[in-house]
Amino acid sequence: MKNPSSKKPAEKILSQKQINRRNFIAFTGFIGFNALAFGAWRWLYKSPVEKSGITAGARKPLRRALDQNELLLRKTFSNDHLVKTYPKSMADPNVRVNSEIGIDDTGFDSKNWSLIVNKKDGSKLQLSLQEIMALPKTEIVYDFKCVEGWDQISYWGGLRFSDFIAHYNLQEEAKLQYVGMATPDKAYYVGLDMPSAMHPQTLLAYEVNGLPLPVKHGQPLRLIIPVKYGIKNLKRIGTISFSDQRLPDYWAEQGYDYYSGL
Amino acid sequence: MKSIKEKHPLATRWAHWINFPVLTIMIWSGMLIYWANDVYSFTLFGHTFFRFFPDPVYNFFDIPHRLAEGMAFHFLFMWFFAVNGFLYVLYTAISGEWRLLLPNRHSFKEAWLVLLHDLHIRKMLPPQNKYNAAQRIAYTSIIIMGLGSLITGLAIYKPVQFYWLTWLCGGYHWARIEHFILTIGYVLFFVIHIVQVIIAGWNNFRSVISGFEIVREKPTTDIKIIEDEKPIQ
Repeated sequence: MKNPSSKKPAEKILSQKQINRRNFIAFTGFIGFNALAFGAWRWLYKSPVEKSGITAGARKPLRRALDQNELLLRKTFSNDHLVKTYPKSMADPNVRVNSEIGIDDTGFDSKNWSLIVNKKDGSKLQLSLQEIMALPKTEIVYDFKCVEGWDQISYWGGLRFSDFIAHYNLQEEAKLQYVGMATPDKAYYVGLDMPSAMHPQTLLAYEVNGLPLPVKHGQPLRLIIPVKYGIKNLKRIGTISFSDQRLPDYWAEQGYDYYSGL
Repeated sequence: MKSIKEKHPLATRWAHWINFPVLTIMIWSGMLIYWANDVYSFTLFGHTFFRFFPDPVYNFFDIPHRLAEGMAFHFLFMWFFAVNGFLYVLYTAISGEWRLLLPNRHSFKEAWLVLLHDLHIRKMLPPQNKYNAAQRIAYTSIIIMGLGSLITGLAIYKPVQFYWLTWLCGGYHWARIEHFILTIGYVLFFVIHIVQVIIAGWNNFRSVISGFEIVREKPTTDIKIIEDEKPIQ
């Protein structure tokens, strides 16, 4: 049986000159490698930050990396890959509130609220909460994941986004690549790739823990999109738009991944 | 003339020195991410010994409020970490180096003797090859830990698409904890590794750069038969 561990590596006899030569080559290479690595790091660390646009706030090479990661990893995306669901009893009764951007307008009255859908032909669809609630309700209990790193099992109810598309004959809109949603005051907005929006677990939610949404959770209607981080789960939807171009996204303008997919 | 012994193959040396800065960047960017939800602590019987991390540590490394930046760095350098690790394992497997690196049936008993020796409790080291039993265990564990970081990392990164990895890690919540513990493991490994390298000395350190160790100042062939010694008849 061949086993190199049983035989000692051969010793070689070298002159001091030969040893010096090998050391010189090796150490030159080592120092050169380190200088190159350090230079590359300085280049990356000091590389310019994107000018404001759909995405902003990240170093340009790192933004390219984020976008390339998305292009590669979206190949693993499938409507059959479902977020793990839990029994209702496991849902946390105290649903965490992390942000009030876009819902901090104290003069807001949900009785005067309606959902505006900007259609492809330029026309608008105006929907009341009652109309949305009249459609079949879907419930989900899943582990909500925040980009900060915390997660919480929570229980939501609402209209499945794909059902909403089908019911209001928005099939032409759903052929476009992106969906955008914004709060009525336009202070918070998210851009979503269509496959994620059309994922069977994406909801236009109007209930949490079986009760109507309180203001802090996005009364009267919010987005629950389990295939994305919490930052994409916009509270208090005012408008929904469709486009083949990426639509504005609040956190993508602050250096975060535009897609933030899970 | 000096007698030298080839020690570390070029591929091993490259993998080692590429991994060092890459892992450093991964740990640093990981800390930028962890800061945003820094809930872990070392607590035993209700007493918290250490909170990850105290403010002076954060401030020293300029960690706070850099989550987006941390994620962007982390999700680029993860590729270098993974590819370098994969190439190293591939090389080790193909070259046969793994025979010197994987622990064998004696290693776990011998590692204990190595530890006693290193702590100056025991004088003799068990007979060893290129790597002693403790090194075999350490250098194999660190590769398994690397694989663990990839798996737990992917389980947090894409918990829906790679749901089976997340399941394997015991769920999303646990995967993040495991990912963190592995990182603490690297830091501990690093500390011990550096101490051992300093103790082992220059000849050993140089071999990780130039590949060989000097075994004898004078080669064995220089030994001459002393004149008055006659062979036994």
